[in-house]
Amino acid sequence: MIADLIAALLLLVIAAYACAGGTDYGAGFWDLTAGGAERGRRPRWLIDHAMAPVWEVNNVWLVFVLVIMWTGFPVLFQTVFSAMWVPLALAAVGMVLRGAGFALRKPVRRIAGRRLYGAVFALASLLTPFFLGAAVGGIASGRAAPGTAASAEAWSNPTSVLFGLLAVATTAFLGAVFLARDADRFDAPDLVGHFRRRALGSLVALAVLTAVMLTVTRTDAPHVWHGLTHGAGLALVILAGVCSLATGWLLVRRSGTWSRATAVGVVAAAVLAWGVAQRPYLVPTSLTVAEGAGAPSALRWLGLVILVAVVLIAPAVALLYRLDTQGELEPLSDADLRGTGPDHRGEV
Amino acid sequence: MAFTLASHITLVPLGVALPLITLIMHRRGLRHNDPVALLLARRWSAVMAVQFAVGVVTGTVLSFEFGLLWPGLMGKWGAVFGLGFGVEAWAFFLEAVLIAVYLYGWRRLKPRTHFLLGLPLPAAALLGAFGILAANAWMNTPGGFTLDAQGKPVDVDVRKALFTPMLGPQYWHFIVAMLVTAGYVVAGVYAVGWLRGRRDRYHRLGFTVPFTLAAVLTPVQFLLGDSLARSVFHEQPVKFAATEIVWRTDTHVPEYIFGRLHPDGHVSGGIKIPQLDSMLAGFTPGTKVTGLTSVPADARPTATQATLAHWAFDLMVGIGSLLVLLALWFAWSRLRHRRLPASPWFFRGAACAGVASVVAVECGWITAEVGRQPWIVYGHMRIAEAVTPTRALTLWIMFGLVLLVYVFIFGSLLAVLLKMRTRWRVADEPTGAARDEEPERDTPYGPRSRVPAGPHRDGDG
Repeated sequence: MIADLIAALLLLVIAAYACAGGTDYGAGFWDLTAGGAERGRRPRWLIDHAMAPVWEVNNVWLVFVLVIMWTGFPVLFQTVFSAMWVPLALAAVGMVLRGAGFALRKPVRRIAGRRLYGAVFALASLLTPFFLGAAVGGIASGRAAPGTAASAEAWSNPTSVLFGLLAVATTAFLGAVFLARDADRFDAPDLVGHFRRRALGSLVALAVLTAVMLTVTRTDAPHVWHGLTHGAGLALVILAGVCSLATGWLLVRRSGTWSRATAVGVVAAAVLAWGVAQRPYLVPTSLTVAEGAGAPSALRWLGLVILVAVVLIAPAVALLYRLDTQGELEPLSDADLRGTGPDHRGEV
Repeated sequence: MAFTLASHITLVPLGVALPLITLIMHRRGLRHNDPVALLLARRWSAVMAVQFAVGVVTGTVLSFEFGLLWPGLMGKWGAVFGLGFGVEAWAFFLEAVLIAVYLYGWRRLKPRTHFLLGLPLPAAALLGAFGILAANAWMNTPGGFTLDAQGKPVDVDVRKALFTPMLGPQYWHFIVAMLVTAGYVVAGVYAVGWLRGRRDRYHRLGFTVPFTLAAVLTPVQFLLGDSLARSVFHEQPVKFAATEIVWRTDTHVPEYIFGRLHPDGHVSGGIKIPQLDSMLAGFTPGTKVTGLTSVPADARPTATQATLAHWAFDLMVGIGSLLVLLALWFAWSRLRHRRLPASPWFFRGAACAGVASVVAVECGWITAEVGRQPWIVYGHMRIAEAVTPTRALTLWIMFGLVLLVYVFIFGSLLAVLLKMRTRWRVADEPTGAARDEEPERDTPYGPRSRVPAGPHRDGDG
């Protein structure tokens, strides 16, 4: 019972990471495809400004996922990391390069340096979600059964590759939707259209990939396919579909405010549908939630810790996103960091 | 893993303590309406931003590595001691949120609101440190579970697993170490400026505030370290034996300063002080100190590992002693003459104190981790059982890759911080403002032009 609850919480946190982290990776995707230094200057400027205050927070969600996994489901954690060694290791490297590229690109002043860090950031933004998606695909298709040794087969199979591509398309979609709205907020009307077109494009790509995914998983990951086409899983899939139609409509109508909510709805519903489709397994047909769960007392305490976390963090996160969307958060400018005027530097 | 941890830990002092130091300066600025103090606080917050960003990255990698490198450890014990990381994770989350608000709130938020929103930052840092230290203390003195017939941990008592005997001494020693180190590192930067003749109020304030904090805490740290060593003596006698290179259980044990332990048990080199080790451990020469030979050879550190732990320990204590002297010098001048010491040697010492205390932190970490060999969970799981079954070659390739990436990141971090420093120094010089009209002028979390750049200005890529 408590294990099911923790599993549900884990799924929610994964969905949160998919939305927050996904937006973040998406910004990197568009940074990569923004074009040369001159053509891509304006989109990149927007990406920098829009991401800066929230990107660290977006990425801490992943730490949560991992911690809940190893405290709540240590066997799953051990299994997944043993079987998916290569993609997860590559994702980790990608994350380092990405974070460093983003954080260090700004303080660097020379164009060559910024190019280097920018390229590192953008490429890593593409590879990391792909490998994370591939790992999820390996789990969904039951290839990461307990005791599986690390092998290429676990993550380079049709389901894994499709999940990886889906992850990239999802991030691109989220990134474009959020950036279109940010462009509005930062008074850059030319960029609103720029990102709206891209959001629509990636929505189409997402739909195509989803259709392919559903045909492939029918034979390659039958348990998940069954879950996605029946009962609660089907309901969530339909919800995701409705949300994407709504997003598309809002984007065409050029109504930016609500497109963010519906885009998040698409991704959250899709992640939840995957989780629900896996029930009652953590790894389909080889490891159930009950089998993978840690000690009951540890799970209860984990539940408590999560509860306290929600109480403490929710207001803080709400405050951050509120301040961010109201434009209260603004980086210091050169002038703020310059101590000019003789009165500032009186001699001792 | 050891390498990534060792790199990560060099970022920790600033991560844990810089917010506090910045807030002290910020408060001073608000209180006395002091533009110099506010400028320092703003600049420090820009440094905080860059280092926090890199800390997020290395921290995420660490949690990945628990799975990539130690699947056995997490698979078996995750449910017992993973909770500490849970606490850490949400403290970290809170910190990320608060740092974002603090960094980006300088301009638009009301000064008081902004300061108040920054206030919980040190508390969040303390909480995060608590989580990590709880996990580490558990690895030293595992508790809160019983083993069933297959050797699987059952009956987990989370309270006991979280509050193990080593937690208290380790935690306080760690926290104070972070504050002292960050204080000396920040003060060291201004000490260098001072030595180069920049003796204005800006440098004076930037030096005095962090240095005072560090100097006050240095003697405290000495006592805490002593109490931690005694806890190790009681709770992990073999580890204590390794750090003091005690071979045979005995009374009247001599203390070696440095020296090298050989596999047959004799010690070469170093300075031998008769009876001192027993005195330190139990206050009388008659105190019995457990030796390495009290446990079978495969359950204790090798002679080389013991020597390494011993050297790291002695180095840490040595640096600590020097820092105490420096702190006393500072206190004497401040209290007696009400000014900073005039001698350039004091400032030379202060400039080195930052680096020295980072070295001490690293040494403390080596002492704690190498002294525990060959156990990853003291007395319950060997490192060999916990490590990933992935082939050694793959691991080495991975290690090479990680090494490369880390050199790149830390090199960049250093370069960026130095660049920022130079830029600010130029800005502070009366004629410096002209330099800012360079084309590429968009800068970090810190300086950046306000308006979207018009055509044909800076490019990026």
